[in-house]
Amino acid sequence: MTTHDITITINGEAITATVPARRNLVDFIRQEAGLTGSHVGCEHGVCGACTVEVNGTPVRGCLMLAVQADGAHVTTVEGLADTGRGHRLRAAFQTHNALQCGFCTPGMLASALEYVEGGGTADRTAIREHISGNYCRCTGYQAIVDAIVEVIETGEGA
Amino acid sequence: MTGPALIFDKPNAYIGQSTPRADTNRLLEGRGRFVDDIQLPRMLHAAFLRSPYAHAEIRGLDTSAAKAAPGVVRVLTGADLEGVVEPYVGVLTHLKGLRSAPQMPLAVDRARWQGEPLAMVLARSRAEAEDAAALIEADLDPIPAACDAETALDPDAPVIHPEFGSNLAWERLVDVGDVDAAFARDDVQVVSRTLRFGRHTGVTLETRAAVAEYDPSEDRLTFHYSGQAPHMMQFIFAKHLGLAEENVRVVANDVGGSFGIKIHTYGDEVATAAAAKLLGRPVKFVADRYESFLSDIHARDHVVEARMAVDKAGKIVALDFDDLTGIGPYSMYPRTSAIEANQVLNLTGAPYDLENYRARGRVVFQNKNMMCQYRAVGHPIAMAICDGLLEDAAAKIGMDVVEMRRVNLMRDDSYPRASASGMKLDDLSHQKALNVLVETMGYDALRAEQAELRARGVYRGIGFVSMVEVTNPSPMFYGIGGAPIASQDGATVRLDAGGGLRVSSSVTEQGQGTNAILAQIAAGVFGVPIERVTVTTGDTDTVPYGGGTWASRGAGIGGEAMLQAAHALKEQVLEVAAVMLQSDAATLDIQNGSVVDGSGARMTLSDLARTVYYRGNELPSDLKPELIATRHYRVTDFPFVFTNGAMAAHVEVDTETGLVKVLNFWAVEDCGRVINPKLVDEQVRGGVVQGIGGALYEECIYSEDGQLMNATMADYLVPMAVEMPDIVVRHVETPTKTSVLGAKGAGEAGTGGAPAAVMNAVNDALRPLGATLWQMPMTPERILKALGKV
Repeated sequence: MTTHDITITINGEAITATVPARRNLVDFIRQEAGLTGSHVGCEHGVCGACTVEVNGTPVRGCLMLAVQADGAHVTTVEGLADTGRGHRLRAAFQTHNALQCGFCTPGMLASALEYVEGGGTADRTAIREHISGNYCRCTGYQAIVDAIVEVIETGEGA
Repeated sequence: MTGPALIFDKPNAYIGQSTPRADTNRLLEGRGRFVDDIQLPRMLHAAFLRSPYAHAEIRGLDTSAAKAAPGVVRVLTGADLEGVVEPYVGVLTHLKGLRSAPQMPLAVDRARWQGEPLAMVLARSRAEAEDAAALIEADLDPIPAACDAETALDPDAPVIHPEFGSNLAWERLVDVGDVDAAFARDDVQVVSRTLRFGRHTGVTLETRAAVAEYDPSEDRLTFHYSGQAPHMMQFIFAKHLGLAEENVRVVANDVGGSFGIKIHTYGDEVATAAAAKLLGRPVKFVADRYESFLSDIHARDHVVEARMAVDKAGKIVALDFDDLTGIGPYSMYPRTSAIEANQVLNLTGAPYDLENYRARGRVVFQNKNMMCQYRAVGHPIAMAICDGLLEDAAAKIGMDVVEMRRVNLMRDDSYPRASASGMKLDDLSHQKALNVLVETMGYDALRAEQAELRARGVYRGIGFVSMVEVTNPSPMFYGIGGAPIASQDGATVRLDAGGGLRVSSSVTEQGQGTNAILAQIAAGVFGVPIERVTVTTGDTDTVPYGGGTWASRGAGIGGEAMLQAAHALKEQVLEVAAVMLQSDAATLDIQNGSVVDGSGARMTLSDLARTVYYRGNELPSDLKPELIATRHYRVTDFPFVFTNGAMAAHVEVDTETGLVKVLNFWAVEDCGRVINPKLVDEQVRGGVVQGIGGALYEECIYSEDGQLMNATMADYLVPMAVEMPDIVVRHVETPTKTSVLGAKGAGEAGTGGAPAAVMNAVNDALRPLGATLWQMPMTPERILKALGKV
């Protein structure tokens, strides 16, 4: 099986490894970097649980191969927590109980962060459309929308 | 029930407050502890070869190429597990006549559903295990299959277990009053319908997952479990792997959604534990999404012939139905797959004053994945039968559906009493809940708007459901029938030297907020700030013995045990404090982490505990302080503690595309005392959305020969954010008298009630067009067919 030597900078830390070509990015993050906050829900790009930032853009970690991310900078949910980025969103998620089991949460936060940092408005329908690439089986989504609205209306960023 | 009722009135009681869940912090920061996050030394990864056929003779499995593949350590087949795993049979003695065949984790000589595990590959990585599984040469001979439940009892249907002579697993008849005479009356109108409920499934975002560790030096199995009932699984692994029960530890940390999916015995998980035992190495199995669709239990699968007779005043005179439900080739172990049909017979019509009631349930084997208990077991069927026919009858006699409910709902002052099916009922509030609902939704204005829009060709519908939910079950649910499922739960509360409380409970957390409400109860009843409480659940080595979380029992049963334990510890601590302070215990209280009397704080709990733990020499020798207390609780006076609710859906049907948009949804819930309003509201909302999913989108679509056609997340539709409305939740609080806490369950009401409300709303929209639809999910195609457009 073909292998490749790659380096991916995850949350500021360069990780170098030899990986098979078929290894996807989220498996690299979980297995090589030991960062288990990014979750695998479907492995076919539908559920959004594995969403991470690659060079500043949200990406499905199961649809990108690790070799495609060679040289890239990746931010995971752990990286957000370490730097404090998105702390208002996390606080609002807790206040509104916008997570129950928490399995979708890393991906949901990544999508919410993209919306808020991208200047999204507090329009509930627009928020619902934006997060419709992320499955949540527990909450019914309303609390997630409430949390995002609160952060936007507070006006202090994510 | 009598007890320390004053706990609800004191300052910082926490009970009744929307205290945030402390354990969401780690989930928000990527520090969750899910099963797939576990990495152990020498751990192997499992992948399964599954049957591609619904029914096939297994002539042989050639595993030689798989064994030689890179990274492979072992390949196991059904024959390899014979003698290692004791077969299991999903029957309960109180479901008289229920039969099922012995089952093994890997099929031995015949595969009976597409997706049944045939062989297991153990390799250094999951990828290598999957590669090797594809190299197994399976010599399978497909044989005729009985896939459709509606024809599985036909005389010429293939019999899945020849020893039974037919595919009938169980049958029950309830016959109360004189149904035939009621239907024969000349002053009644009769509606009759055939209702169909497709199969759907949980789609837990975290798939089923297991890590099994076996230590031969101690003959000890540790099973890291993504599930709801650790002690039940402890018994099952011990019994079926030949281990002493005390040598089996089942640990459930974070569980990524469950909804009843993760409370059953799955062959692939038993095989994972068996492989760990055989190899003496840790084994991990994490189902991929395709495996989840093929092997996680499915729900529903009912065909119901139902009729209702009503008189001119709108009074329901009789209800009669025949329910046929398909359960797959086996009754699931150990809860059985007959409980769903049993619930349908028990619950249909239970909100209403009903004298003549006949219900027949038949449970049949078929060559599809197994059907078993899923969130709101049987409830969506029971509610859709009665409330569907009620609204159909209301339309027939020209009566408003709310008025018709007011005529028929049990009066709020009529309890205790029984339902037509004999269920004992108490502390319910159907009439009040309906009144709150009608007021909250602005019913009259909505009807006026509906009429106005209809005139303009916009078809909106309003549909209701009045419902009951089974919660807080007693031993009459499972224990009586011989299942290793505790109905009692325990709580332990320990005062640590630092003055904090360490509590543990046998109920479990899958995201509902169980741990949070246990902390609220302990902190409030005992008298410490909630930040000083740490909670342990989900570990059979350390928590008291109990049933776990199912049937909406965590708050009502686990919560009451915690209340009793915290109260007991408080009394023990005050006894010690009274000696140390030379006071009367009756004059002392614990508030905000200190022992107080009328003059204020006298001693911190830390001072007290450090004296007890470190400086016992300062205490009288006849004082024997116990700073730990355990209490257990079970429901004794009732088989179940029922809740009630009233819900309404407001939908718009696009008659060109068949698409249904849910515009609004309102839910009024009476789950007794509300411990944490935010968490209860969110349980209701999440439940409603799953119910809407079952009503409009979710269906496991099988081909005639038993192939699951939509086993991907792209093809199996679940509700997404943009399709869902905001959901208004209101409460009526009628505490149950069976406990001091007074809490009933709230986790399943939304899922149990929403489908009937949505179905009624869709039919309310369609009726002016001369159409109705009685099949869930109500897909665009089915709606267009009902409208005669395709």
